[in-house]
Amino acid sequence: MSATSYIERYQSLADKLPGHNLPWLNAVRQLASGSFEATGFPSPREEEWKYTNVTALEKKLFAPSSISTPSTIDKKWLETHKLADTWSLVLVDGYFNPELSDLVGLTEKVIVTGIAEALQSYPDRVKALLGTTLEKESHGFLAFNTAYFSDGAFIDIPDGIILAKPIQILYVSTRNEALSNTRSLISLSSNANGKIIETFIGQPNISYLTAAVTEIQLGENAGLDHYKLQVESDKAYHFGGVYVKQEKTSRFNQHNLSFGGLLARNEIHVELAKAAECEMNGLFLAKNRQHVDNHTLIHHVEPHGISRETYRGVLADRARGVFQGRIVVHPQAQKTSAEMNNRNLLLSEDAEIDAKPQLEILADDVKCSHGVAVGQLDSESIFYLVSRGVDRETARNMLTFAFANEMVEKIVLESLRGRVQEHLLNLFPQTGIRRDWL
Amino acid sequence: MLKIENLHVRVEDKPILKGISLHIKPGEVHAIMGPNGSGKSTLSHVLAGRDGYEVTSGTVIYKGKNLLDMPPEERAREGVFLAFQYPVEIPGVSNVYLLKAALNAVRKHRGLPELDAFDFLQMIKAKTKLVEMDEKFLYRAVNEGFSGGEKKRNEILQMAVLEPSLCILDETDSGLDIDALKIVSDGVNSLRSADRSFILVTHYQRLLDYIKPDQVHVLAQGRIVKTGDASLALELEERGYGWIDQTMGEAA
Repeated sequence: MSATSYIERYQSLADKLPGHNLPWLNAVRQLASGSFEATGFPSPREEEWKYTNVTALEKKLFAPSSISTPSTIDKKWLETHKLADTWSLVLVDGYFNPELSDLVGLTEKVIVTGIAEALQSYPDRVKALLGTTLEKESHGFLAFNTAYFSDGAFIDIPDGIILAKPIQILYVSTRNEALSNTRSLISLSSNANGKIIETFIGQPNISYLTAAVTEIQLGENAGLDHYKLQVESDKAYHFGGVYVKQEKTSRFNQHNLSFGGLLARNEIHVELAKAAECEMNGLFLAKNRQHVDNHTLIHHVEPHGISRETYRGVLADRARGVFQGRIVVHPQAQKTSAEMNNRNLLLSEDAEIDAKPQLEILADDVKCSHGVAVGQLDSESIFYLVSRGVDRETARNMLTFAFANEMVEKIVLESLRGRVQEHLLNLFPQTGIRRDWL
Repeated sequence: MLKIENLHVRVEDKPILKGISLHIKPGEVHAIMGPNGSGKSTLSHVLAGRDGYEVTSGTVIYKGKNLLDMPPEERAREGVFLAFQYPVEIPGVSNVYLLKAALNAVRKHRGLPELDAFDFLQMIKAKTKLVEMDEKFLYRAVNEGFSGGEKKRNEILQMAVLEPSLCILDETDSGLDIDALKIVSDGVNSLRSADRSFILVTHYQRLLDYIKPDQVHVLAQGRIVKTGDASLALELEERGYGWIDQTMGEAA
């Protein structure tokens, strides 16, 4: 098992990992390391990983990055990825960097820091939160992450607090052949409300692996707008898991925007208690030989929950996309309302999508629907535009952009919406689509 | 303006147009009437350059050039405009964006500079008044959620903005109530000029109450079987298309 080479390499770091002096955490890490040793990274033989082969990662043996050798970071480049009017928490190669972060003016009641720091200052709080959203989860990436996470974001918003500004977590990779392995914990207690953006970036042309696990707990009646923007470098590997546990009447509204990386896997799993609401919007674009996999799972475990899931994919060249959307309505979850929709646009004959919706309904009084469509650009629409004098190439680009842009238009956070639109336009060079016309 | 000679068109293996000849001079309005399946829409689509139609013989000369050699975008830039019977909804592309893209493509072709944002907006606003369209429609996605009448008005708006030389209206009157028909007709009439020609393809005579044609052609089974002035449309309305079948029967 080639996982052993990773374990050898990472085990030697054990006494440098955050919280290594905490027996409870050591026990958790040892269990996870044992599990990783047994399974290695997920294999396509596992049903949930059927369409995404990550075995190449084992051969690559990305090196753990170390905080002792601080990297040089292009600050101007970093600034271009920061959103205006937000607090920011920056993680560089897997470590919280307070100098690059900006938390000025944040109320003292809210804790925003690195998880290594939190393990020292608030160990009991971390202990209460860590792993609680992962009870139903298990695969090699999660085990690896738990065993060796180097740092991550820790955001704890107490009862009734409403964040005055959004918080942006920037995961930045600067080193070639390195692995950033982070665990972030986000908790909003009862009636708390906020907006959090997780942005993943890497310096151009470097190859690296991001393994980022975010656990989100939403207390009763809490509300979170969560945005994930994945614009890793072209040669990067990205595993990003977001696991959410919603208490009753809480609200989770998410946009998952996945544009970068050579191979990216986005996992978003949500569990809803009574009358909780969740909206999941996703947009993934891939070209050349990019592979992007979105794995979503919604557990309705109590009655009256509402989930709305809308995903769109655009695949060009030889790119490959995956949408696996699973909804489980548990026996007690009567009066659940769940809708899932996935539409995909294939721009070339060599592009490929595997779309797999799965509804498992174990309650009898529910309203559930799902729809999946895979298609090419509509020839009627192309002719309509061309008949107005627009050339064919521009017409195709306009329609492709429009298909994706409909998802972008749903982003309420204006600064992010503009940023995402720019990424979108950059993905279609020579489009004839003009920013100043939008 | 337009000279169609002995045009034969097939769709897949089925002959649809079987020898159409039609001459249209600048400033003229020609109505093409005919029962369903007579080939009216095929003629419109062939002139606009839609895929899926095979011209097996005949010629179409537009302003001295071979129209059939041009891709559809070039025809549009040269001044051919088709108002669709069923305008396509394009979610995610705003009306104003399409108008800008189309207008600039046409202007570029004519060697004109792009209009700046201010001039463009002034011009567009004036044109929306022409078709009595609320300006907020400019910022909505092309035809998305528009009523039948709003879609047809939007076609006329595009026509007004692009200022074509040859306007082909494919059953623009279908599905319109009287009020919408009047607005659309007023829009068309205001665009009539000595150097702009119109082809009105229609099933019913009532459009011609509002837009007075110079000539009326009756199409049946892929051929023009009768040509006359505006009174032909009235006669047709009175007697029905059965009358045409009858006359054709007599001719045969």
